[in-house]
Amino acid sequence: MKNIRFIITLVILMLPRLVWGELTIEVVGGAAQQIPIAVVPFSQPNNQADNIATVIGADLRRSGFFRVLETRGVANQPHNLTEVKYSDWANIQSQALTIGSVESLPGNRLRVSFRLLDVLKQNQLAALEFNISPSQQRTTAHRIADIIYEKLTGEKGVFSTRIAYITKANGRYSLQVADADGFNPQTVVSSKEPLISPSWSPDGTKLAYVSFEKKKPVIFIQSLVSGQRYVLANFKGNNSAPSWSPDGNRLAIVLTYSANSQVYTINSDGTGLKQLTSSNGIDTEPVWSPDGSLIYFTSNRGGGPQIYKVSSASGDVKRVTFEGSYNVTPRISPDGKLLAFIKQGPDGFHVAVQDLNSGQVQVLSDTSQDESPSFAPNGRMIIYATNIGGKGSLAAVSADGRVKQRLSDTLGDVREPAWGSASN
Amino acid sequence: MKNTLLVILLASIISACASSHVKEQPKPAETVTAPKQEAPAVKENNQEATSSSASQNTLEVNPLTDPSNILSKRSVYFDFDKYEIKPEFRDLIEAHAKYLNSHPALSVRIEGNADERGSREYNLALGQERAVSVRKALNLLGVSDKQIETVSNGKEKPKASGHDEASWAENRRSDIFYPGE
Repeated sequence: MKNIRFIITLVILMLPRLVWGELTIEVVGGAAQQIPIAVVPFSQPNNQADNIATVIGADLRRSGFFRVLETRGVANQPHNLTEVKYSDWANIQSQALTIGSVESLPGNRLRVSFRLLDVLKQNQLAALEFNISPSQQRTTAHRIADIIYEKLTGEKGVFSTRIAYITKANGRYSLQVADADGFNPQTVVSSKEPLISPSWSPDGTKLAYVSFEKKKPVIFIQSLVSGQRYVLANFKGNNSAPSWSPDGNRLAIVLTYSANSQVYTINSDGTGLKQLTSSNGIDTEPVWSPDGSLIYFTSNRGGGPQIYKVSSASGDVKRVTFEGSYNVTPRISPDGKLLAFIKQGPDGFHVAVQDLNSGQVQVLSDTSQDESPSFAPNGRMIIYATNIGGKGSLAAVSADGRVKQRLSDTLGDVREPAWGSASN
Repeated sequence: MKNTLLVILLASIISACASSHVKEQPKPAETVTAPKQEAPAVKENNQEATSSSASQNTLEVNPLTDPSNILSKRSVYFDFDKYEIKPEFRDLIEAHAKYLNSHPALSVRIEGNADERGSREYNLALGQERAVSVRKALNLLGVSDKQIETVSNGKEKPKASGHDEASWAENRRSDIFYPGE
């Protein structure tokens, strides 16, 4: 009896997962130099099948920076240091080797041990132990992949981060948050009216977004911890394009409060509204520089839409993009050096980057209906929305244009991606 | 294999717990249905309009919906990334201005729209400008701001669902709605 109730409850609570498939990610390009790595399946208690090495391997492969080698042909499968025969791994041209084990601990806990070894130098690059609950195996695998990525590329990994995006199917809009590998999608909010422009708080605990549920655009802030939300801005006219300041205290927003779309700043509790830009045309899509000193935005003050920047202290405005007649949706890389944006070319709308020092522009994407670029927290990849096969889909491209990924949902359109910080 | 299943099941439970938190929030963002109180007022207004024209015409035709009346035309179309009103829509706007001036109790809602090309936020702003352009044109002809509400749908509510110039042209539009519409 108890068991039946448990099953029924489980089925009901699982409904969002049944309605929304997980995003599947396909890598369609790779870095010029991929690091060959062997990830040996971890030993599991009672000889259960291992999922940790599978997740680690999938993470590394998806990044485009690794060639994950087939290990089944190697007879000796080591799980601890004394079992490692480096020559086995040198023979299959592996530069790095990951081994590990999972052991049962009292109280339904698991001890996950892992080591990262340099095959050529025959030494250890990293070793760590995790004491986890069985449900944390996937999260732990992402953390291990992050450590491997950082040790071998010198940059922080983003396998433990999350992505927010909006789906549309059967006339319903849904703001979802999933792990960076597309697993574990959760519905944050859903509505019959459009949802757009999700924006992560810098600490990754809240999302600001625009909902049309009041028959006009209104900005909400919702906690991902409690699920509670509140109205940030519901002034006369449109309230849209929220973007958090790096310290998380304020947001840049766009209001048509006085007339045309202009950029304002507001405290995250909805107080302290200040107008930041004033033009006769459209000013929208504000985004803060990582140091908080500048706000980049789209404006048609010079005719067509171009990207400008305004000093958050002085209000001085300077134009940033000059190539082409339609440049929108500025996003700044975490190191502050690159501007990603959407550029209209002769064959459509593409993700482009501009070096903020040299002014040099590079078009990155080979898709042609691109929108909403968003940098990964390490600045290496840019996720964006596009149209693949007549369906709204997500894609990602590395900031150097070499690695390309496509993310698709089994149902409906996916759009408006926003890459968040690491989950806790 | 068994273990994979277990992991998936456990992951489901975790996510299920998380989604149940979301569900427990006091007012989840379920669609709020539009306030309905406008509907009766609308009918009165329409009847008033109908009877005033009936006194001249003897036929009880609502000029706002009579296909032979220019007032039944409600859409003003724009070029890509533009919100200037083109000369061919002057007659339409003049007719609505005249009608609103003679019915000062009536108010209209002007909804601006954009085609699917370009960013959602820029198109939201563009749709707003397209609605405001029509409002300003009505203002110049003596219609009070109190009679006009402007709304932008951006590119979120396309009337034509195609991905060609004909659909885009249809979606670069401002519509004038009278109460109840």
